[in-house]
Amino acid sequence: MEKILLPDIKNLHQIDVYIQNGGYEAVKKAYKRTPDEVIDEVKRSGLRGRGGAAFLTGLKWSFMPKNTDKPKYLCVNGDESEPGSFKDRQIFEFNPHALIEGITIACYAIQAKAAYVYIRGEYHNWIQMLQKALDDAYARGFVGEKMPETLGGSFSCNIYIHKGAGAYVCGEESSLMNSIEGKRGYPRVKPPFPAQFGLWGCPTTINNVETISNVPTIINKGWEWFSKIGEPRHPGTLLFGVSGHVNKPGVYELPSGVLLTDLIYKYAGGVPGNKKIKCVIPGGSSMPPLRGDQLEGVKMDAESLKAAGSAIGTGGVMVMDEDTDLVRVLARIAKFYKHESCGQCTPCREGTGWMLKTLNRIARGEGTSSDLDLLTDVAKNIEGNTICALGDAAAWPVKFFIQRFREEFEKAVKPEVSIPVANKIHSMRNTAVPLAEIKK
Amino acid sequence: MLTEEEKHEIEEEFKLYPYKSAAAIEALKVVQKHRRWVSDESIKDIAQLLGITPDELDSVATFYNLIYRKPVGRNVIHICNSVSCWVMGYESVLKHLIDHLGITYGQTSSDGRFTLLPVQCLGTCDHAPALMINGDLYRDLTPDIINSILEKYQ
Ligand SMILES: Cc1cc2nc3c(=O)[nH]c(=O)nc-3n(C[C@H](O)[C@H](O)[C@H](O)COP(=O)(O)O)c2cc1C
Ligand code: SF4
Repeated sequence: MEKILLPDIKNLHQIDVYIQNGGYEAVKKAYKRTPDEVIDEVKRSGLRGRGGAAFLTGLKWSFMPKNTDKPKYLCVNGDESEPGSFKDRQIFEFNPHALIEGITIACYAIQAKAAYVYIRGEYHNWIQMLQKALDDAYARGFVGEKMPETLGGSFSCNIYIHKGAGAYVCGEESSLMNSIEGKRGYPRVKPPFPAQFGLWGCPTTINNVETISNVPTIINKGWEWFSKIGEPRHPGTLLFGVSGHVNKPGVYELPSGVLLTDLIYKYAGGVPGNKKIKCVIPGGSSMPPLRGDQLEGVKMDAESLKAAGSAIGTGGVMVMDEDTDLVRVLARIAKFYKHESCGQCTPCREGTGWMLKTLNRIARGEGTSSDLDLLTDVAKNIEGNTICALGDAAAWPVKFFIQRFREEFEKAVKPEVSIPVANKIHSMRNTAVPLAEIKK
Repeated sequence: MLTEEEKHEIEEEFKLYPYKSAAAIEALKVVQKHRRWVSDESIKDIAQLLGITPDELDSVATFYNLIYRKPVGRNVIHICNSVSCWVMGYESVLKHLIDHLGITYGQTSSDGRFTLLPVQCLGTCDHAPALMINGDLYRDLTPDIINSILEKYQ
């Protein structure tokens, strides 16, 4: 199988090696066509976003207004802060010029004069790697003022790296724009959508690092070639980051639609000690978990995973063996979302705190069976009722862990004892305590 | 007062953006690089340079995990406490650190050498558990290799 993003070419991160292997030819090809023709090529290829929502990339580009006096922007999302996701990192390290070339093509397609690559602040090393590649590309005239001389045509654009400082929510596209503007990373209410009112109020497109890195190959080899890789409804290769209880954790580039069991056993080397799998989260910590007995036949692409009751997310596959304590796993996940909630919406701010408290109580062995229903209730009240999808990301794990691993959670709590009515009212006051507490 | 060097480094960042205020995070990082943390006074000085109010800048500074608004030790340990690291043995690494340094989350050792802070995932789940000291990443940790890592930071 041919790899698009992480081919087995030594030192591909060096600009000379990239050029020797056909690098910066796609952008020349693209600049001989009209921007609309480039958008059309990407549309037809069927490329879908790799940042979580799997939205059609060409379609997204076509939302950018044509007649506007305002500058337009491209934001490339390399925030990559969801636990279990570590794939864009590989592109910064092993194929940064594919990203840079992809940006120059995307900027041309949407006619943006500037692109910001947002990279999480924790990625010190990888920021330096991309900066080095970017400096080299500038020096050779593949980016910046000298582009018309080097690449033909009259288009030029600038690429800047914007470094984050530790905030998961900044991966959400509107929060990311606020963060670039130098504001607190609060997500914005939508509409207006970024194509109308984005960075500094100007038309903006936001795409994931992996999404953009596919673009040079699509231009080079054509939409048809790309559309035939993997699952037709979600074509191309995907970067799968496999972690947890596997013998060979790492990032694997494979055609979409690869079997989840192949990914775990054939590529990631199976489970240490040949233990059974209890649980797999297939797309990063916010995606619904699957039980060990639900994995057979599940294919790794957006549509197949949806049908299997989960989602592709960022392709971060977390494997947990039979000895894993899922109550504590869920408490960990809940802690993350509680910490990273920006606090703008009441259901997310209060709900994440409430879920964490309840889960910690259960983990300490002090939970009762009504806590499980309470958790499910709180999760349902967050879902769909918030400004950004972090709320859903916090609710889904709670809802689906409890639904799919009910037995394990039941075992962790004490059964509700039936008590006389008067005492029941008293006990309800007790359960009201956390409510009052979280109002603080 | 910002030093000339700090001012210069911050002004370099202005070149990336149409508006100075966009350099807020980098400006905070510049000052933090030189002074280890960002004091109220620094907030005022940086805000003035960026053309925003100190309150606006403070709301940015407190939003991000990697900006320290309180004094920290000479070296800051960020240990990843999210789910992948937890599954792979984070607790034994944390316990070792706590026992060895005699401090827990949010504290600085009495000799001012280390501050211990949690971090929400370092994006290196394939090499869990992981921690970062002053930006240097350490992966595939076990309790027995921690001391030799700490040795490098005085
Ligand atoms: C809380 C939250 C965090 C997100 N984090 C990221 C991220 O780190 N990287 C990313 O590409 N998309 C992330 N997204 C999705 C983005 O909002 C956006 O959909 C994506 O960057 C679009 O790019 P794509 O169309 O190429 O997938 C996040 C969304 C939410 C709600
Ligand atoms: S859902 Fe949560 S993270 Fe998103 S805007 Fe609301 S409070 Fe902030």
